[in-house]
Amino acid sequence: MKENQKTYWKGIEQLTNDSEFVKKNESEFPEYLPVTDQEGNSNRRDFLKLMGFGIAAVSLAACETPIRKAIPYLNKPVDVDPSVPNYYASTYVNGGDAVSIVVKTREGRPIKIEGNKYSTIGQGGTNAQVEASVLSLYDKERLAGPTKDGADADWETVDKEIAAQLNDITAKGGQIRIVSQSVLSPTTKRAVGEFASKFPTAQHVTYDAASAYGISEAHRRSFGEAMVPSYDFSKAHTIVSIGADFLGTWISPIQFSKQYSKTRKINEHHREMSRHFHFESNLSLTGSNADYRTPIKPSQAGPLVAAIYNGIAAKAGQAKVSGGASVEHASQAINELWATRGKSLVVSGSNDPMVQVLINGINSMLGNYGATIDANAPVHYRQGNDQAMSNLVKEMNGGAISAVIFFNCNPIYDSAEGVALSAAVSKVGLTISTSDRLDETASVVKYVAPDHHYLEQWNDAELREGHYSLLQPTISPIFKTRQAPESFLKWAGQDVEYYTYLQNNWRENFFGKQSDTSTFQTFWDKALYDGVFETGGSNRDLSFDAAAANAAATSIAQNYKVSGGGFELSLYQKIGLGDGSQANNPWLQEMSDPITKATWDNYLTMSIADANEMGITLKEGETQLVDLTVGGTTVKVPTLVQPGQANGTLGMAVGYGRTKAGRVADGLGVNAYPMMTKLNGASFMDVFAGVSVTATGESYRIAQTQTHQTYMGRENVIQESTLQEYKKDASAGRWHPKVYQEGKYLKPSKITLWKGHEYSNHHWAMSIDMNSCTGCSACTVACQAENNVPVVGKEEVLNRREMAWIRIDRYYSAANPAGSKKELEDAAENPEVTFQPMMCQHCNNAPCETVCPVAATTHSSEGLNQMTYNRCIGTRYCANNCPYKVRRFNWFKYHDNTQFDMNSSMNNDLGKMVLNPDVTVRARGVMEKCTMCVQRIQSGKLAAKREDRRPVDGEINVACASACPSDAITFGDLNDENSRISQLLQIEKKEDGEGATERVVNEERAYHVLEEINVNPNVWYMTKIRNKQKTEA
Amino acid sequence: MVAKTTIVRFTTACLFVCCFLFSEANLFAQREAVPTDEAIIKTGAGLFEEYACNTCHNVVGKKVGPALAGVYDRRELEWIYSWVKNSTLLIESGDAQAVGLYNEYNKLQMAAYDLSNDQILSIMAYVRNVEENPVVAAVDSAAGSDGAVAQVDGVPAQYLNIMVGVLVFVLVVIMIVLGLIISVLRKIAQDKGDLSDDDEAVINEKFSLSSFLRSPVVIGIITFLVIALAGKNVIDGLYTIGVQQGYAPEQPIAFSHKLHAGQYEIACQYCHTGVEIGKSANIPSVNICMNCHNFLKTDSPEIQKLYAAQESGQPIEWVRIHNLPDLAYFNHSQHVQVGEIECQTCHGEIQEMEVVAQHAPLTMGWCIDCHRNTDINSKGNGYYDKIVELHNKSSKTPLKVADIGGLECAKCHY
Repeated sequence: MKENQKTYWKGIEQLTNDSEFVKKNESEFPEYLPVTDQEGNSNRRDFLKLMGFGIAAVSLAACETPIRKAIPYLNKPVDVDPSVPNYYASTYVNGGDAVSIVVKTREGRPIKIEGNKYSTIGQGGTNAQVEASVLSLYDKERLAGPTKDGADADWETVDKEIAAQLNDITAKGGQIRIVSQSVLSPTTKRAVGEFASKFPTAQHVTYDAASAYGISEAHRRSFGEAMVPSYDFSKAHTIVSIGADFLGTWISPIQFSKQYSKTRKINEHHREMSRHFHFESNLSLTGSNADYRTPIKPSQAGPLVAAIYNGIAAKAGQAKVSGGASVEHASQAINELWATRGKSLVVSGSNDPMVQVLINGINSMLGNYGATIDANAPVHYRQGNDQAMSNLVKEMNGGAISAVIFFNCNPIYDSAEGVALSAAVSKVGLTISTSDRLDETASVVKYVAPDHHYLEQWNDAELREGHYSLLQPTISPIFKTRQAPESFLKWAGQDVEYYTYLQNNWRENFFGKQSDTSTFQTFWDKALYDGVFETGGSNRDLSFDAAAANAAATSIAQNYKVSGGGFELSLYQKIGLGDGSQANNPWLQEMSDPITKATWDNYLTMSIADANEMGITLKEGETQLVDLTVGGTTVKVPTLVQPGQANGTLGMAVGYGRTKAGRVADGLGVNAYPMMTKLNGASFMDVFAGVSVTATGESYRIAQTQTHQTYMGRENVIQESTLQEYKKDASAGRWHPKVYQEGKYLKPSKITLWKGHEYSNHHWAMSIDMNSCTGCSACTVACQAENNVPVVGKEEVLNRREMAWIRIDRYYSAANPAGSKKELEDAAENPEVTFQPMMCQHCNNAPCETVCPVAATTHSSEGLNQMTYNRCIGTRYCANNCPYKVRRFNWFKYHDNTQFDMNSSMNNDLGKMVLNPDVTVRARGVMEKCTMCVQRIQSGKLAAKREDRRPVDGEINVACASACPSDAITFGDLNDENSRISQLLQIEKKEDGEGATERVVNEERAYHVLEEINVNPNVWYMTKIRNKQKTEA
Repeated sequence: MVAKTTIVRFTTACLFVCCFLFSEANLFAQREAVPTDEAIIKTGAGLFEEYACNTCHNVVGKKVGPALAGVYDRRELEWIYSWVKNSTLLIESGDAQAVGLYNEYNKLQMAAYDLSNDQILSIMAYVRNVEENPVVAAVDSAAGSDGAVAQVDGVPAQYLNIMVGVLVFVLVVIMIVLGLIISVLRKIAQDKGDLSDDDEAVINEKFSLSSFLRSPVVIGIITFLVIALAGKNVIDGLYTIGVQQGYAPEQPIAFSHKLHAGQYEIACQYCHTGVEIGKSANIPSVNICMNCHNFLKTDSPEIQKLYAAQESGQPIEWVRIHNLPDLAYFNHSQHVQVGEIECQTCHGEIQEMEVVAQHAPLTMGWCIDCHRNTDINSKGNGYYDKIVELHNKSSKTPLKVADIGGLECAKCHY
């Protein structure tokens, strides 16, 4: 019966079969639940007393009906109708990251971000950071107005003083610098330009917390123009990535996820997919999706790239470069790259320009420029120049700079120069910041002129050359903030409203670039409605300079030397927190990391072998603190034993260790930015030498959501196969359970006590393609925003009480069937990874429904498993009986409760503005779970009824599916033959009176998790197919 | 002299008659200029609805503005066009008719409408159609159905009263007769004299009220009744907790629905703008009140409160009457626009209410009852076509709300 012979484990505890773990796993909730603090001395009489009082109090309270007010608008805005949402196209901009979005507002306040489908870049996808950014708007720790020396000031004073000092400095010939992360807005750049023409000594210095200077510098060296080109993974048949986490954090992950997922979609008509080779130290999101993943040390990356260069050069008949050391799967990658040249793509996450020069060379030889790489439309996300930033800090230290403006950036915290910069700031006479809060940088400057949040402002962004996206305000400014470019103009003596300035810029520069509309107003309205405007890039004639490759190879040979015994450290960004600029956002802090499943912390990831050697174990999040010494500085960090981590390497996430971000973020984790190094003028995330770790013996607990919801040994939850097998048989990897009855083996659905349901109107269902799902967790945050899911904090996550309605289960598996513990451990050195989004499966034969004593969970006539909070009395029988463990219980009142301060969307008036008014905020003591966004279904149905028609497929979509950047989740109506889900699952046409449980699904990849128990879910999963050779055991 | 006067009088009379005749002819020409073409009338009806003319005008009878019937007799068509397009301009031009009208209707200005002459004419075609073909049929059918209802009901109330009276009378007679029989029998028995002691005790037994009341059976029954009644009251009382039926709080402005919705017949949607598009019906914002009260009753102290609000920028804080618990989701547009339920079904005879009171209990039982008994308004709505078809195959009763999941929890609770 068991066709799939892989062994899956969810964490080290399960792998080592730790006895304590096994014991604890018997129950969903651990036994150490500290629900009551006081001693249990209450007896029957106390109970009666309390009850008597309770009844009296209730009846007294009920006598007085509170007077509730209904306060209409004084003058109702034409477009705002209470209870009717409005949608505005805008753009998410945070540092150099930008994506076109659509903002849902209710009564004039943004409550949800969706992707903009009109954008050819984002194509309607979002990620966790974009989804969470709406909560950052309502962060009460944003500055309420300008400050001077840390004290509140008014704009008039601040403006007057700053302008006077700037004029003074210019008159004396003093140097002025504007420091920012990449600025994507052409209009803002114009304002900065006007500022610089007023103050001629002003220069704009750009850096990026996640720098891609290496790529742009490499393009300067090899092609003569500094740029980051556009990549198109959708056209690539062979993808080789050396440490580029392009699905998670590298340059434009949403765009790349959309493209990548297109190459991973297979069906009976299209049985081809891309092959993805990945070489990296830490197990990244992208690495975990690769077909072939090879763990390497950071110092092996350079020589590996040189080896690939030489391999390709040999085939292309070009000159080789010196050096090069190959690793496992490299030669296979070279062969396949060459075989699919022109349809392949090689990328590297390294910020070393020399490595990137060779990457350019490889892609040139493969003919990928003009195919999978478009140098005619460079992207603008990463314009940082690390060299210029280093120079600036030197100049500042030397006292050569008279004024510095930190434009929406926090370099003291998040740049490689942070430490030097904090010393240098005091040597500058005039220091200004436009940060939204008194962060690490803003707290040491003289003036803070806070900028609007991106949801409060008019602006534009040029994502890539010729691709513009507009920002429009979706709420009037909450605080007395002012748009930074408007401030610049003001200080430069121009009193202009930024909206007018923006429109003028568009009229002068962009209106003429199109011919569709003849009046500017029409053009502007259309651009605003669409959110995007494209003119296309400009042609460039590039030829690769081979001399640059030789120089690069020499540099690599010098710099990349595999050290003997010591550890190498590789810094990375987490999917949730990214560069840490949104650290005060509790949704991101509590989002469990797709790989480590940890929340609220950063940590040192370590391979199992290294951990064993140091005597470090990870058990239920219980781990040890170690002293990590990098370049002479020692910090104390917890360790996390990570399968797939290259031996001899350590990984650590940046974005933590904030000290002045706000109450949610401060004091969480350790700041890893100071550990960054410099290589060939670029900020470098890898540390080759000078890293040492000593165990302290102190214990520490990391709040992981990892092993909380196990399937109790029922291992055919993940069904997978290889492409080779799939081509032979579409049902490869499928497991067909049979139940024995009276001498026969039957399908589980043939034996049932259930009568089944008949859905005559709609039959909502979902399909999840595990082959496309990258695990990025955008869905979990989208769900949190849509459904008012509370944040519970680290303590409660440790108590296994996180509330997420949709979680991403991450399973490790061994490529080869492993028998002994030793084999398992070997496999754990570099496991295969599968992600499985798991939420309420909306079973047609739902075990939860039958055990509820008060019928609080019932089945709807549209296939939904309904949860009625007001009826629930909290017996938790349903959670106990749920085979998928997707029901979450409100152990506490998470709203209006000072003990859950970190749950800022429910605990202060400002934060509450983000709540979805159509969804109840649940009370203490009730069960909750995925509703399949029933509020969206209801409103979609109503919209259709009001227009006398049936709902159109796609019009009603659940939050997770709509957020998904890889289109892994499909939601729709099975009763609609033409819906995408009916097509995808190849559902047979339903006869009248046919029960839902008898629906015939012809797609052979589709399966139900735990089919053998015949709960008959309305959620199907599609088998994971890996594009790799099946290795025989 | 006499002859001269006669001639003069005759001539004047002739002139008068001529004028009258001419003007009459002229007037009829106006009326005839209004088309009676079906299609044009339909367009006019559409425009009448779209521009909510009925907010201020009735076809027959005054409202906020004058009745529209016969306007084509009273005024030149050209005048009507310019009045509808921009009445202010006409008044300012000093046109006597316009100024007269303006003064007659409390100096209330009619808003300017961006309509073409043809459109205005089509509205008049609609008005003419309504004027010339009053809706008799509808009244007839209403009367007919009333009659039918009376017949079906059968026994009228007064007969019932008579029957009950007769029954009571008969019972009393029976009781008297029985009492007489008992006393006669007792007398006979006593007269006979040869009774056993036991029988004598029975015959001579005196009825004692106190011993009757003290008997355990009676005490038991009374105790049970008291407990049962008290219990029922408590339970009924508990059910009314939070139910505010009849709740009619004093509002910050003594707004009368009776005046606005009743007397002036202003459509509910004119002020409650959200009722067909969203969850909330919307309490009107001050700017909606000002559409009329910019000109109307400007001296009233209640209206002054509107001006004060405008001035201070403080919105008016109405007391909310219909309070659903937060856990229940109710959407007006589903019921009003899709279901075409009358406002009065839930809000009572609102057009009669001087002060609004909560009409319905707004309990879950009340919602559910309605969902059980109400037919789906499926006619002409493509959403329901297949469902109705499917339902009709298996059932003879019309499709109810409950049949498509109207009783399910997650229709209102999520």
